[in-house]
Amino acid sequence: MATDVHRSVTRPAVHVEGLTRSFDGRAVIDGLRLDIAPGEFVALLGRSGCGKSTLLRILAGLDRDIEGTALVPRRRAVAFQAPRLMPWKKVWRNVLLGLPGRPERAVAERALDEVGLGHRVDAWPKTLSGGEAQRASLARALVREPDLLLLDEPFGALDALTRIRAQRLVGEVWQRRGCAVLLVTHDVEEAVLLADRVLVMDRGRIAHEQAVGLDRPREITDPRFAALRARLLGLLGVDTATETA
Amino acid sequence: MSISHAPPNPPSADISGISGPGHPGKGAFPGLQPVVPASARRARVPRWLRRTTGPLLLLALWQLLSATGVLAPDVLASPGRIAHVGWDLVSDGSLPSAMATSLRRVALGLVFGTVTGTGLALFAGLFRIGEDLVDAPVQMLRTVPFVGLIPLFIIWFGIGEAPKTAIITLGVTFPLYLNVYAGIRGVDAQLIEAGESLGLSRWGLVRHVVLPGALPGALTGLRYSLGIAWLALVFAEQVNADSGIGFLMVQARDFLRTDVIVVCLIVYAFLGLLADFIVRSLERLLLQWRPTFTGR
Repeated sequence: MATDVHRSVTRPAVHVEGLTRSFDGRAVIDGLRLDIAPGEFVALLGRSGCGKSTLLRILAGLDRDIEGTALVPRRRAVAFQAPRLMPWKKVWRNVLLGLPGRPERAVAERALDEVGLGHRVDAWPKTLSGGEAQRASLARALVREPDLLLLDEPFGALDALTRIRAQRLVGEVWQRRGCAVLLVTHDVEEAVLLADRVLVMDRGRIAHEQAVGLDRPREITDPRFAALRARLLGLLGVDTATETA
Repeated sequence: MSISHAPPNPPSADISGISGPGHPGKGAFPGLQPVVPASARRARVPRWLRRTTGPLLLLALWQLLSATGVLAPDVLASPGRIAHVGWDLVSDGSLPSAMATSLRRVALGLVFGTVTGTGLALFAGLFRIGEDLVDAPVQMLRTVPFVGLIPLFIIWFGIGEAPKTAIITLGVTFPLYLNVYAGIRGVDAQLIEAGESLGLSRWGLVRHVVLPGALPGALTGLRYSLGIAWLALVFAEQVNADSGIGFLMVQARDFLRTDVIVVCLIVYAFLGLLADFIVRSLERLLLQWRPTFTGR
């Protein structure tokens, strides 16, 4: 099992050790160890049912039936696969929901501007397209100025073109904000495109780790990109012999 | 539902390279049929006129039957006669004062019933202990026909206003309870989770997620409740009443005045319609966020 050691000098943004989460006696997460450095973009890959979403929910504080250690920053935010906007609140009220104090509308407007949704501030969620709703959800996460941004397959339900734009947006936002990001995905290309480090989860543990040393912005056509992608697909049990040949 | 359409006869064809310039005449494409825009199919008669035609036809038929003597006056008075009697009842002040009495009873019963029903539903819906304590007794009590309780209420509360208000309160409470409770429990768990992840407190979750999510159910309950409130009023006012619309009806029955009875029924119907209109307006105002089908 490969775990991160070379970042132990700085205080990590996330520190998880010996984490176990069982459902009816079956350990979905089994003695997991994970460190994420401040400002690091980590992608978490794995077959469906391997426990990657459970891990994200634990880090978000939504699942507390755990054993072991999980240390996370106080300020963290989640964007789910479904945008999960409150349909009874206009977009800007959705963005401000749960913020302490009485934040002004301008705060929401700035966050929505950042994701390119400044023109839909006053819209009802039902009038947003899938991509717009997902961007509103991202704005709602960003407005909390998180030290840790948790993304649970946020592009999964988007069409191919919208997804490319949304991925680019997340990359830009991350570079601007400098927060640590944990991106749960099953899209290997997406992971290699965005992450500093790709983790592969299997049987409740981090089974493999792959640093992505490519310069940004990354090109899918780069042969090193293709090689990384093939290697990760191999770790996930997908035969890419025809592609690497 | 409104559907936006492309303007008819676009200045240039989209596939001019294929179809050639200009507009193709009829029969240029044998075997193809045009897709007719919905706006062209829409009837020219305005909707409100179409909707009023049915009742007006019925009214005309009724007048015709009365005028030809098929419908005897002591079975059912003619519409003309009813209008006349209605005007008399209004001008001598007996109908307005009866309406005021009845409206006050319904309003009082609605207020008490809404407070009780919503209060119980909130307690049962929001807290596990509330569910355990409240839900079973309420589910049991609601199966008792509330009209059957009138004799008991008369013994308990006498024959004044109290038993009438109590009957209406009881009738209003249960549909509201059921719908508000179901509305609270029907709120999407994913939204609750999202609210938690945004750092909402327990009260914040209730205020920003649970209650707005339960609102559609609550308004459905309110609509049921209003219907039942009028029903309960009719029952309550026909037992030992000395004022109100129900009293007018009982009195008319004793004198075989079908015209007065029909006037009272019409008043009930219009009050019911008014109540429905109020709830509809509330729904339009409060539920405009709802992404639901609104009919074609």
